[in-house]
Amino acid sequence: MTLRLRLGYVPLLDAAPLIVAETLGFAAEEGLSLDLLRLQSWAQVRDMLGNGAIDAAHMLAAMPVAQAVGLGPDYPAFDVLMLLSHGGQAIAVNQVLAQALLALGHAFDFTHPFAAGAALLKATGGQLRVAVPFPFSTHAVIVRHWLAACGFGEGVSLHTVPPPLMAQALAAGEVDAICVGEPWASVAVDAGMGVLLLPGQAIWAAAPEKALVMRRDTAARDEHVTGALMRALWRAGRWLDEPDNRGIAAELLAREDYLGVAVGLIENGLLGHFAVGPAGRVCSEPDFMRFHRGATSFPWKSMAALLADSMATRHGIDRSIAIPAAMDCFRTDLYRQHLRSAGADLPGASAKVEGAMAHPTAVASEKGQMILPPDAFFDSWQFDPAFVAR
Amino acid sequence: MDTPLSIIVVEKDPDRALRIVDGLRETGDHDIRVIAESTGLARHIAERKPDIVLIDAGDPSRDVMEELALASGPMERPVAMFVDRSDKPLTQAAIAAGISAYVVDGLQPDRIKPILDAAIARFHMFQKMRMELAATKAALEDRKIIDRAKTILMKARGIDEEAAYALLRKTAMDQKRKVADIAQQLVMAAGLLT
Repeated sequence: MTLRLRLGYVPLLDAAPLIVAETLGFAAEEGLSLDLLRLQSWAQVRDMLGNGAIDAAHMLAAMPVAQAVGLGPDYPAFDVLMLLSHGGQAIAVNQVLAQALLALGHAFDFTHPFAAGAALLKATGGQLRVAVPFPFSTHAVIVRHWLAACGFGEGVSLHTVPPPLMAQALAAGEVDAICVGEPWASVAVDAGMGVLLLPGQAIWAAAPEKALVMRRDTAARDEHVTGALMRALWRAGRWLDEPDNRGIAAELLAREDYLGVAVGLIENGLLGHFAVGPAGRVCSEPDFMRFHRGATSFPWKSMAALLADSMATRHGIDRSIAIPAAMDCFRTDLYRQHLRSAGADLPGASAKVEGAMAHPTAVASEKGQMILPPDAFFDSWQFDPAFVAR
Repeated sequence: MDTPLSIIVVEKDPDRALRIVDGLRETGDHDIRVIAESTGLARHIAERKPDIVLIDAGDPSRDVMEELALASGPMERPVAMFVDRSDKPLTQAAIAAGISAYVVDGLQPDRIKPILDAAIARFHMFQKMRMELAATKAALEDRKIIDRAKTILMKARGIDEEAAYALLRKTAMDQKRKVADIAQQLVMAAGLLT
């Protein structure tokens, strides 16, 4: 007997685990059939989940945190069952700014946030408007962190722009720079409106990006179904991280009923191929998006704490309430309960010091096979939830 | 007599916008403006300081509104999120109709309700029209594909149009499928063979 679940997603590359789980049979293996609803805004995804119009959602990892700390509408509690991806953000500047950076001798190496930030500060005098896809997003967190560490202050403003409109916003002079998930930064580049400056991972090497989110009451109602969905998406993520599969994934995602974007753009994003700088130098970042490797899907409670900490600072919320609430909604317990049987290795801890690993690091785990990829910030900043929560 | 409210309707389609505005006018002498451009939406709305913003729930610019709902500082007129939370049935009706309303903090629920009701009525009308249009389009597509399948059968088997259609219909009945589905399969298979 197949059970139908309704899942909402926004047409971006990192919706891949949902699309792969349904089209390649990972959902069917678990007795599920996924109705994938393509939605146009994050607010719509959130509202439909909140009102029970969908059972689960592909969502910015920061959104359930915003709900947990009281910055969203009044809905039943949302939980992150697992992360769907790390990375995938790219930063581009408009043509005017790119020329100014070039004149200052910036190398556009797509690698060094300090160099890029210093050149930007000089070129703009500290006045910079950056588009991000949503007020609560990893994009907003990394952009603020990067610019602050490079000496920017009050002159920075972040503006919400829907990803498909980012190129237009650059061209119209509404913003000076954009930070957005692929393929939308490359769309701006292709249209001649933007110039790529940095990948998100250069700022934070293991930034959580999208999450599988369910209402806490729905997740608890039928644990068997919750587990089945998690396993299907976990296996889809594992498939996506097999190097040879990204090309096929691009074909699936490009279909008109999913992303409906040129397959070449999608493949470039999934493989981490970019045309960087004013000269369009071809650049390869094979680790640009991660779906599985290095325990990508594990919802570290320290990541929830970090996101909550940044929201608490901006919106004047009491940290001692916000951080525990956020950590509660990253459900490492469900992850352990439901994914052990699928073969997931499980870390010995549920939180870590974010930003502490500059190199791949072996950590304690059930199978003893867990090597976490670097999670460092470019400026060696570290975040230890044990010291901010009180 | 209540002071008129300032209402912004975010809607690209001029015909839809006009119908929504007409519906809202019936609720009182309000100052209603339509914004069709998604560029600079946040700035335009912030400048006009509206009491209520109405926007299609599926509009990509929804996320821009979310930012406005937050950005307002203590001295500003904040745009609160959604309809007054105490009025659950109204919220549900708005969601069902596919409409999102952003309402300034502190606006009386009895002032919001007639406006929301009018907007919901218009949005329901759009939904009905959209469904009818989709059904008409689908029927047209079906007709086209059936015509192509008939032509293929007529050529391949040397039968006339009537016989070709009868064959399609019989196959569909035998397989408990729609004639258009069978036609679609035939056209696809024929495409592969040529």
